[in-house]
Amino acid sequence: MLKIKNLRAGVEDKDILNGIDLHVSPGEVHAIMGPNGSGKSTLAAVVAGKEEFEVTEGEVLLDGEDISELDPEERAHKGVFLSFQYPVEIPGVTVTNFIKTAINETRKAQGMEDMPAGEMLKKIKEKADLLEIDRKFLSRSLNEGFSGGEKKRNEIFQLAMMEPKLAILDETDSGLDIDALKVVANGVNKLKSDDNAVIVITHYQRLLDYIVPDYVHVLMDGKIVKSGPKELAYELEKRGYDWIKEELV
Amino acid sequence: MSLKDKLLSSFIAFEDYLEDDSPIHDVRNEAIKHFEEKGFPTKKEEAWKYTSLRTLLKEDYSLTPYKESVVEFKDVKKYFLHEVDTYKVVFVDGVYSSFLSQTTHDKLDVCLLSAAFSKDKYKSVIETYFNKVAKSESLTSLNTAFAKEGAYIFVPNHVESDKPIEIINFSTGNEAAAMLQPRNLIVVGENAHVQIIERHQSLSGNAVLTNAVTEIFAEKRAHLDYYKIQNDQHTASLLDHTYIHQERDSICKVHTFSFGGKLTRNNLNFYQNGEHCDSVLKGITILEDNQHVDHNTLVHHISPNCESHQDYKGIFDDKSTGVFNGKVLVEKEAQKIDAFQQNNNILISDKATINAKPQLEIFADDVKCSHGCTIGQLDEDAMFYLRSRGIGKKEARALLMYAFANNVLESVKIPELKKRINKLIANKIGVSLGFDL
Repeated sequence: MLKIKNLRAGVEDKDILNGIDLHVSPGEVHAIMGPNGSGKSTLAAVVAGKEEFEVTEGEVLLDGEDISELDPEERAHKGVFLSFQYPVEIPGVTVTNFIKTAINETRKAQGMEDMPAGEMLKKIKEKADLLEIDRKFLSRSLNEGFSGGEKKRNEIFQLAMMEPKLAILDETDSGLDIDALKVVANGVNKLKSDDNAVIVITHYQRLLDYIVPDYVHVLMDGKIVKSGPKELAYELEKRGYDWIKEELV
Repeated sequence: MSLKDKLLSSFIAFEDYLEDDSPIHDVRNEAIKHFEEKGFPTKKEEAWKYTSLRTLLKEDYSLTPYKESVVEFKDVKKYFLHEVDTYKVVFVDGVYSSFLSQTTHDKLDVCLLSAAFSKDKYKSVIETYFNKVAKSESLTSLNTAFAKEGAYIFVPNHVESDKPIEIINFSTGNEAAAMLQPRNLIVVGENAHVQIIERHQSLSGNAVLTNAVTEIFAEKRAHLDYYKIQNDQHTASLLDHTYIHQERDSICKVHTFSFGGKLTRNNLNFYQNGEHCDSVLKGITILEDNQHVDHNTLVHHISPNCESHQDYKGIFDDKSTGVFNGKVLVEKEAQKIDAFQQNNNILISDKATINAKPQLEIFADDVKCSHGCTIGQLDEDAMFYLRSRGIGKKEARALLMYAFANNVLESVKIPELKKRINKLIANKIGVSLGFDL
């Protein structure tokens, strides 16, 4: 589904990603771990199309098509979804109106009619229930005055509504207490199928107890330096990252 | 002949034409003398530094009197808040249109200033209020000199107007260029409530220059909500002067929505003459092309324990220019007041300009005054967030601009008006968003 080949990217004179290779097949969960500043969030933003970063080399293929030159909205239309580490507050636009706009804009790009209002309402209700979201929450302004946990839960609600092919969760666990973490993870697991894939970016192994990865990758200085099965995450939790550095030397 | 000379010579004819015993004869003569002395303001004056009237004054405007024009309701319906029942005071080319208006003398007076001038029963009101809060400023004096027609609204003590009042000035473009000088007088009695919507609307592409003065008196515990809708043709200019005198415990709110027009100058002045007054000044300005809007506000805190809140948002595209000059003057006696001023601007184009100048003059020592002013572009992170959800660049921009202006709309009390303004904003931004406006 997603093939990243020798991806190099950065801002102005600074290189952040120094040749990333990553293959994600349908039905898989990949975890990307790594110390602060290793380039995890940049990788997520580059795949989603943030214009601030310049891709200097390599390809990002989604189902065989290079998407590295596409606008962020075009990537979204093709099924890429990024759950933000720091979601933006949009006063005056309710959660419901925002998701309606997002879904209908995506449908329009795919040559489909707007989703009928009844179907939309039903879907909103179903996904809100799945993530244990209070109905009142949906008529609040998007992310405005939301707690850290509410913001993250709202991101996963959007994920559930948009049903992307590829979901990238950028530090979704930060700011969540254990109960909220379980609800969010349970939501992600329910949405998981053989046709879609998830990339989980995290500092801690904790989230991976609930969203169990098929592969764990370690990102350091903008490169994937080690990959392994889910057990690798436990090892990183226990031993930190220094031993990998030493291994590399 | 310069416009000033033309006005001065036409004043003689104008005075002759009016009846000799006009109660405001002396006031008019004083005013024209003042205008003759001062002339039109120029950029040399601090308060007019960023707004030049030069080009406007070059037009050969036709002054009074006007030919009477017929305007069909169906042609102008869209300019009324027709979804709700309202009182209406409508003028076409400066002349009262009884056909388009809906006035009352039932519980309150919603009628004409010319009627108030001519009838004995209004004499004491005119003597008490007319030209009492308007200041000696050259354009205001010019209006006073020619003051003849406008809306006269008198809400007696303890009366709550049962419907909003619309004041609309249409200009038909029968003349190649026309100058209008409407004059409104509004008195809101003790504990009385009223909502007023004001609009100036040109119906053609011909040049119009309106020099308007509105005097408002809010007695004790009075509530006033005043909405100015400025969405005129790009050939129409407006010089507006609104003076509000507040007595104790009164609440006066003025919302100014500036979307249209060629050049608009809003002089909005509040005078707090009793304790516990609340003054609210809010505005949304969205401009394009070569449009120019200048908000010149004054809140004069004369009494203690009062509040004032100013919140102006501006979005400027193309070569449009905006000015925000917000003055808060706190007298020595005005202790324990709370004055807040906020002005946020977004420049969409490299060629758009905003000149923002907050001015705080504080002579009291125990007050709370705050002001904030920002000028920026749309937030890139917010744009990426919206676009990553499949929302195109244009819609994402519109959504952010909508969100930016939104909190000013929250305090609009008439739901139909709020909806209308919402739509105007969406149209102005140029997209119809897929959510309920």
